[in-house]
Amino acid sequence: MILQQHLDKLEVPYVLTGLGEIEIKSDIPTEQYQDLELSLKKYGIEIIDNPKNILIQKVKDIIIEMIYLEDKLPNSKISAYIANKLNHSYGHLSNLFSEVTYSSIENFIIMQRIERAKQVIVEDKFTLTEVAWKLNYSSVAHLSNQFKKTTGLTPTAFQRIIKKRKSANLTEES
Amino acid sequence: MNDNALHILLADDDEDDRLFFKDALDEVRVKTVVTTVNDGVELMNYLNQPDVRLPNVVFLDLNMPMKGGMECLREIRSDNRLKGLSIAIYSTSASEEDIEETFVKGANIYIKKPNDFNELKRVLSEVVSINWHYHTSGLNKENFLLSI
Repeated sequence: MILQQHLDKLEVPYVLTGLGEIEIKSDIPTEQYQDLELSLKKYGIEIIDNPKNILIQKVKDIIIEMIYLEDKLPNSKISAYIANKLNHSYGHLSNLFSEVTYSSIENFIIMQRIERAKQVIVEDKFTLTEVAWKLNYSSVAHLSNQFKKTTGLTPTAFQRIIKKRKSANLTEES
Repeated sequence: MNDNALHILLADDDEDDRLFFKDALDEVRVKTVVTTVNDGVELMNYLNQPDVRLPNVVFLDLNMPMKGGMECLREIRSDNRLKGLSIAIYSTSASEEDIEETFVKGANIYIKKPNDFNELKRVLSEVVSINWHYHTSGLNKENFLLSI
């Protein structure tokens, strides 16, 4: 919406080609482009126009979508899934990802999964077993192990700390 | 995607430790820009400058003269302006309870000071990489906890 408003205001001809993706139909003078960039920045919207970075962002978006929206990560062949969706070999995507982000796709997936686990744990609506199931871990032990490996803390310790922080803040405010 | 560097502020009263730290960081893949201060008072003075470019991560030695790590932690966490800072506390040793207490008080990272340089490099690499991800991938800093 915001993006379209801005593009319309600047009278830039464009076509929406996908989620968060726009193809601009004619050459924009640099000054206009910079204006667009600046005004979008105020809304926290960043323009990614470097082909490598665009591809990396797409990989990240696919992974985040798998973890957050579908709530169940496909059990096997995540690599094939990503490769197929982006029409690039997984090897190529892997190399590019590491080059640009200094981290592997696998690590990124683990990080995002644990990030989601943290979110659910903080909500405090589910048991750890349910959290593990929700995130498609084969067992609570698997979740706990990966959690501890990634953060150095067990999920239980993590939850305890967040709860203590919250009650400490409440005491301060009152 | 940020092509910028990760800005790091280190507070440590030991000159050798400061040097080791900087050397270890030189070998980390993520680009970093390091500023150092010698104690807690210098640290807070630095952060409280009106137009200062705030770092992304602050590394605090628990045992500092003038103003200790825990006190700095408390001050930083009670300042809304500094909300976006990741705080890494490090210390030579601590019990699990003390470590948890540090997290409860608002630290994001707890580092058990490694004995040798290679280990320090490994630890810093890990810490910097994770911070870089928090900086570039929009992860939730409120849930950012790392014990290493």
